[in-house]
Amino acid sequence: MSSITELMPFVVLIPLIAGPVCALLPGRGLPWLLATLAMTTAFILSAMVLAAVFDGATLSYAFGNWAPPVGIEYRVDAANAFVALLITGVSAILLPWGKPLVDDEVPERQGSFYALVLIALAGLLGITLTGDVFNVFVFLEISSLATYGLIAHGRDRRALIAAFRYLIMGTVGATFLLIGIAVLYILTGSLNMVDIAERLPTAEGARALQVGLGFIVVGLAIKLALFPLHHWLPNAYTYAPSLISALIAATATKVALYVMLRFIFDVFGAAYSFAALPLAAALMALAIGSMFAGSWLAIMQSNLKRMLAYSSVAQVGYMVLGVSLTTLAGLSAAFLHLFNHGLMKAALFASAGLVAYRCGGLGMNDLRGIGRQMPWTLTAFALAGVSLVGLPPTAGFISKWYLLSAAVAADQLWLVGLILITSLMALIYIARVVEIAWMQPRPEGAPAVQEAHWTLLAPVWVLVAANFWFGIDTRLTVGGATRAAQALAGGVWP
Amino acid sequence: MTLLSFINYWAVIILMMTGYYCMIVRGNMIKKVIGLGIFQTSVFILFISAGKVIGGATPVLREGVERYSNPLPHVLILTAIVVGIATTAVALALTVRIREAYGSIDDDAIDAAEEDDRV
Amino acid sequence: MTPFLAVLIPFLGAAVISLAANRPRLRDGLCFALPVPLFLTVVGVLVRRVGGDDAMEQTLVEWIPGVSLTLSAQPLGLIFALLASTLYIVATPYAIGYLRAGGYHHLTRFMACYAIALGATMGIAFAENLLTLYLFYEILSISTYPLVAHTGTEKARSGARTYLALLLVTSIGLMLPAIIWIGASAGTLSFTAGGILDDSVSPGAGALLLVVLLYGIGKAAIMPFHRWLPAAMVAPTPVSALLHAVAVVKAGVFSVLTVVLYIFGLEYTQSLLTQPLMLYIAVFTMLAASLVALRQDNLKARLAYSTVSQLAYIVTGALLATELAAIGGGLHMLMHGFGKITLFFCAGAIYVASGINTVSGMDGLARRMPLTMLAFFIGALCVIGLPPTGGFWSKWYLISGAWSTEQYLVVSAFVLSTLLNIGYLMPPVMRAFLRPPPDDEPARYRLSEAPALCLVPLLVTAAGTLVLFILADPAYRLLAMGIP
Repeated sequence: MSSITELMPFVVLIPLIAGPVCALLPGRGLPWLLATLAMTTAFILSAMVLAAVFDGATLSYAFGNWAPPVGIEYRVDAANAFVALLITGVSAILLPWGKPLVDDEVPERQGSFYALVLIALAGLLGITLTGDVFNVFVFLEISSLATYGLIAHGRDRRALIAAFRYLIMGTVGATFLLIGIAVLYILTGSLNMVDIAERLPTAEGARALQVGLGFIVVGLAIKLALFPLHHWLPNAYTYAPSLISALIAATATKVALYVMLRFIFDVFGAAYSFAALPLAAALMALAIGSMFAGSWLAIMQSNLKRMLAYSSVAQVGYMVLGVSLTTLAGLSAAFLHLFNHGLMKAALFASAGLVAYRCGGLGMNDLRGIGRQMPWTLTAFALAGVSLVGLPPTAGFISKWYLLSAAVAADQLWLVGLILITSLMALIYIARVVEIAWMQPRPEGAPAVQEAHWTLLAPVWVLVAANFWFGIDTRLTVGGATRAAQALAGGVWP
Repeated sequence: MTLLSFINYWAVIILMMTGYYCMIVRGNMIKKVIGLGIFQTSVFILFISAGKVIGGATPVLREGVERYSNPLPHVLILTAIVVGIATTAVALALTVRIREAYGSIDDDAIDAAEEDDRV
Repeated sequence: MTPFLAVLIPFLGAAVISLAANRPRLRDGLCFALPVPLFLTVVGVLVRRVGGDDAMEQTLVEWIPGVSLTLSAQPLGLIFALLASTLYIVATPYAIGYLRAGGYHHLTRFMACYAIALGATMGIAFAENLLTLYLFYEILSISTYPLVAHTGTEKARSGARTYLALLLVTSIGLMLPAIIWIGASAGTLSFTAGGILDDSVSPGAGALLLVVLLYGIGKAAIMPFHRWLPAAMVAPTPVSALLHAVAVVKAGVFSVLTVVLYIFGLEYTQSLLTQPLMLYIAVFTMLAASLVALRQDNLKARLAYSTVSQLAYIVTGALLATELAAIGGGLHMLMHGFGKITLFFCAGAIYVASGINTVSGMDGLARRMPLTMLAFFIGALCVIGLPPTGGFWSKWYLISGAWSTEQYLVVSAFVLSTLLNIGYLMPPVMRAFLRPPPDDEPARYRLSEAPALCLVPLLVTAAGTLVLFILADPAYRLLAMGIP
């Protein structure tokens, strides 16, 4: 137990230290190797951490032996261990996959590229594990700055604009978070999450606290790309290098959601948060807005990556909807979808990346008849799409099942209809791609496209297999999600 | 009296709104970055002014002083300033690259160029 | 010899077939071989079950707390599995012969999806609870989509779109919420003799659930959600024959029978307010689809509407909610399966051999394809329900069931529909045998049957309908085991 506590901070430290080292490494092979090794090690560590906290324990590590609340504390329970496992797991699978794509898209100075990747991931992991609110802000900015740089690596010049606009929006979001943290500090004089939570009851009447909560929720909603604050996301995902699209689609918004929940539940306390502001109603309205706007815009898109990006907006809506039900079942469903959506979007973006790599473009016209030439890639895409739509036996179905059950249990039957309608909208945009890729003939004179090499396909298929595995054996995902929800809202919500 | 006692908050709000306005209304990317800087700075002031203890001295340990102002916000804001500078640096670097790629740093001109890209 | 093995074999087969994509001979060999172990497994399970073994319940994994992925061998499911696996044996050579003769491409994708669809059918037949059934039901919808859109023409794609959209809209939009509702109120989803809903939902909710669930099972093609079936006729004929006359549509009516028998229970169904409503909708579907079939000149479209009508027989049988009618429905599933696949095989053979696909073009066809038209005649007798074919018995029990509940309106609807069946199935036979060919070209008189790979299967299934006339009794007794 104690040894795992000592090891726990290394989940963040390994990528954080490996990052700068990476920047110094020459050539193409070494930086990639180091990055992959670092994330694989972090993955193994976070699996150990999750195993240690799975039955409800909490790990606490005080940096520099400064006891909390004075020093910075890393505090891990089932909720953050679960998210950390997703981040490290997806990146450990995607990094080996992305090597040739990065060689293609970022031919030079790969050392600094992989350094940014590692630092962005370290930032996300830092947000996830830390128990200190100011530390959250710092790590948020670390990962965001690295992400802006990574997005700007995209080959299309529009990547630069996307990165700049994301930077403006993202910084506003982070600054909002900082304002909220300032309010918390002014009211309680502490920065440690647990400590703030203990001291807050004395300040509960203060209107400033409501303002603080509002700033934090809005600031993180920007990072989360919750409708109508999602404008940065489609361009950023579309023009970023393929590896980065897949990585941040699977992880960044999930971390934002996690940290929002951590603030709402652990720092402010669910009882206060949902009473002080009409949070449940607001989140529900925004979630439904996300679901419909995201799905509708996804249907309208003619670029594959852009379509997937809008679909992410819609899927974030499902997670937030789960939270807004204000039941433990709803929160579990949100965590479950957080994990499962990470898996399916990673698989979808990864197969889209392979198409871009082999065929150059991702417009619907480029995709015509591509299924016959890249059968393995497009089959993977179709299967991951089945998961996105939420058909059995995939992880997506399990998410939907729990979300729908939670809505039924909360007596919100009208939500069942909305969830199902947006699922059918997902069916429309996925089926359209499948039809174009498989059932339409290749345009006259189009160059022949070769199937990707098996080393590229293997990680994609691992992700697809994970989608099916977690669609049938749900012990880890459902167990983890239930315990994560328990850790956050156990005892407060029914 | 009450109005004046909240003078730091008034300053913060005015700065914040100025910065925000700058970011949203201006089409020029450099001006957006400047607005962003003002916006962030307003929050730094909010944080630091909270550390002031009325009647307290500079938090340097010395003879004959009983009350000190809270030093922690300063330390925190030092970090935040570093973050802010890094953000500005990245933003400026991106602006330079955008200028190289598009020949302009004005939103409208770039939107027009993006339309061309799409076609 | 367990249900799980029967589900596994086709899926494994699909994987092996895909891997052999680059070696056509090996692939075709695998396709021919695959149905045999499947059939033997199903027979093995049947023998064990009839020999007094228990239901061989197999829990694969606990899927969702309280609901497992479980398979078991129940009498009704065994009939369905036996039907599908038997016809799979004859349909495979037919499919290969047809696709080769018609110059179709992408045989690997076709045969792999064909096998997956069969695996899903086995899963539906052996499902022990509603969620397991739903799982395989959706796999069946998805795996048949590439088959319907196979040719890739604009017409095929739009037909496949209608097909997939209607099936998934009903299953996701209606069936899934109904399942969640049932699971939430009854606390279980297992198929239980006598139903699980009795006291757990209010009568109003139960009545609503019946409507939602019956329409949710879009594969049963109750009007107005029947459009997918005619739309699916753009597929190559082997697909229409095995899947859209047997596997997919029978999966629909099998689900309806199972839901009525084991989720609602017969007595509870009878007590529901909406039972008469749904019954009359089914009766309406039966008659309306027959009337539409009368007006179709395209042979496959005529057969498709005939299928819609025949499916409504089975749904009516289920909704009459008596043992006799339910058994009649189960028997009709079997008999109509054999009869209709024969008709489709014939339609495909006619198309391949002569390019004719309309009823009006069939004048004098029997001179060129006497065997095919004889088989068509026998298949038609079976679908109409005349001896000496198996179709006679299933109609007999259906009408008896309706009679025993004193639903004389339904009885007369059955009779009227039978007359309509004669009206739309006999003209092709009459034209082919009695009318002279449209012109005196010698080619019209020369014997030119379809290739042997197409011809033999249709003769086998035609013979099968005759054999079933004799074998109806064992089938009846098997069904009676599961319907108390």
